Amino acid sequence: MAINFEQVNFSYGAGTTLAQPILHDINVTIPDGQVTAIVGQTGSGKSTLIQHLNGLLKPTSGRIIIDDFILTNGIKEKQLTGLRARVGMVFQFPENQLFANTVLDDVMYAPINFGYSKREAQIAAKEALKRVHVSEKLWHKSPFELSGGQMRRVAMAGTLASNPDIVVLDEPAAGLDPKGQNELLNIVRDLKSAGKLVVLISHQMDHVIAVADHMIVMNNGRVAAEGTPTEIFNRDLSWFKEVALDLPKAGQFAEKLRQKGRSLSRRPLLLTELAKMLNGDDQHE
Amino acid sequence: MNNIMIGRFVPGDSWIHRLDPRTKMIGTFIFIFVMLWANSWATYAWSAAFVFAMIRLTKQPFKLYWDGLKPIFWLILFTIILQLFFTPGEPVLFQAGPLKITVPGIINAIYVMIRFVLIILMSTILTLTTAPTSIANALESLLKPLKKLHVPVAELALMLSIALRFVPLLMDETQKIMNAQKSRGMSFSTGGPIKRARAIVPLLIPLFVGALQRALDLANAMEVRGFQDATQRTKYRILSYGSEDSKAFAGLFIFSVLFIAIKFFIKY
Repeated sequence: MAINFEQVNFSYGAGTTLAQPILHDINVTIPDGQVTAIVGQTGSGKSTLIQHLNGLLKPTSGRIIIDDFILTNGIKEKQLTGLRARVGMVFQFPENQLFANTVLDDVMYAPINFGYSKREAQIAAKEALKRVHVSEKLWHKSPFELSGGQMRRVAMAGTLASNPDIVVLDEPAAGLDPKGQNELLNIVRDLKSAGKLVVLISHQMDHVIAVADHMIVMNNGRVAAEGTPTEIFNRDLSWFKEVALDLPKAGQFAEKLRQKGRSLSRRPLLLTELAKMLNGDDQHE
Repeated sequence: MNNIMIGRFVPGDSWIHRLDPRTKMIGTFIFIFVMLWANSWATYAWSAAFVFAMIRLTKQPFKLYWDGLKPIFWLILFTIILQLFFTPGEPVLFQAGPLKITVPGIINAIYVMIRFVLIILMSTILTLTTAPTSIANALESLLKPLKKLHVPVAELALMLSIALRFVPLLMDETQKIMNAQKSRGMSFSTGGPIKRARAIVPLLIPLFVGALQRALDLANAMEVRGFQDATQRTKYRILSYGSEDSKAFAGLFIFSVLFIAIKFFIKY
């Protein structure tokens, strides 16, 4: 079920004089059953990369192997329906995709498109709504009457309802309040424990360290690094400058302390870890 | 989605780009008005020469103009066919029932095609070299006399420039919503016409909701910055008519005089 990118290049308007190359020679593996975070500054190619996962974009050259599906430039639109049923994609601000009269109808849209009967779709929709903690009271309301956080979760349910094996989330926490952000991270954890492969784009390194098992760092359309969050976040400070990446808050705090003359034995990545170290469990001065 | 060329503005620094937008607008109208009197190969050739000279002056690749013609290809084809089959006259080359192809019909069809293409090219010169806001400004300035008749000219021009401003935003939004619904299994390319028409609902509703939301946000943003209608407002870009504009009109005048001369003295 893993995803493999093999020498993938992508340009907008390929073959014309106005071709704009976006992705260069991408070779990465996204492991099965884990949460993979894709990070990098705006314009580094993250969103372009994930749009390849369900064939919204096709590689200009190279190929992407998603389980037993091989996505190349020559693939036909019709062949993609099966892939899209298996790869659920939640875009940035997904609440903009809501359209139906009721929450339930909206969530049933994807399953019906993917060939579920009305009854099956309803069962799947209810399950998905429960999974993202949308209370039953709201199911028959118009999606446009809900609060921002609720709309976001309904939109996520709209993707999860067709029970995809792979879930791709593009900045799912953007614009949510801290409580909403925590709920969202819990949903990501639940998806992982349900055995799904989760791909997550995030600008918040604290979210990455909280949920991700694997990380891909993008810079200028190339993969700048790949590895576990612990490996990546223990790199040199100069490297972080180079790829315009932040450390998690605990790491930033520790760096500031070091500049003031108090060094810690290693770079803490979680706030609890930092607190423990400062409390004297880790005195090496 | 990204190749819609009608009304696209390409910034540049050519002589035509720098002209007062009012000059370009009036000039385009004068040219079209004069060209509608063309009735011979010589007059069409002279008009075409003028348009191509203008295109050279904009310093933009001809491909941009070609792209501008593409969307109206079917319209041109349709009028050509009408002209071709329904022009009466002698000699008749081919006849099938009420349809007949005559020599004047063929000539007319070619004339109409040239006329169409030249008008589109000329207006493309206008939109390609003039920012949408400048066009709105020019329109406001030209319609000023209507203020005496209590026509809200400034408000109309503002509405026009806001509408133009929203076009790229809405195109962007359409693309995003389309991606989202495609990911949920939406398909435009399968099923009968009714199914296809219904497939567009999940695209249109979010688009309308988004557009209304944007409009409300913009209205609020304008209001908190003290916007009131029916007041005298100053402009960020002031339109200025200069000596270059006079030269442009002089050029157009020479074109028109020669056009009339050719029309009356060259019989081809």
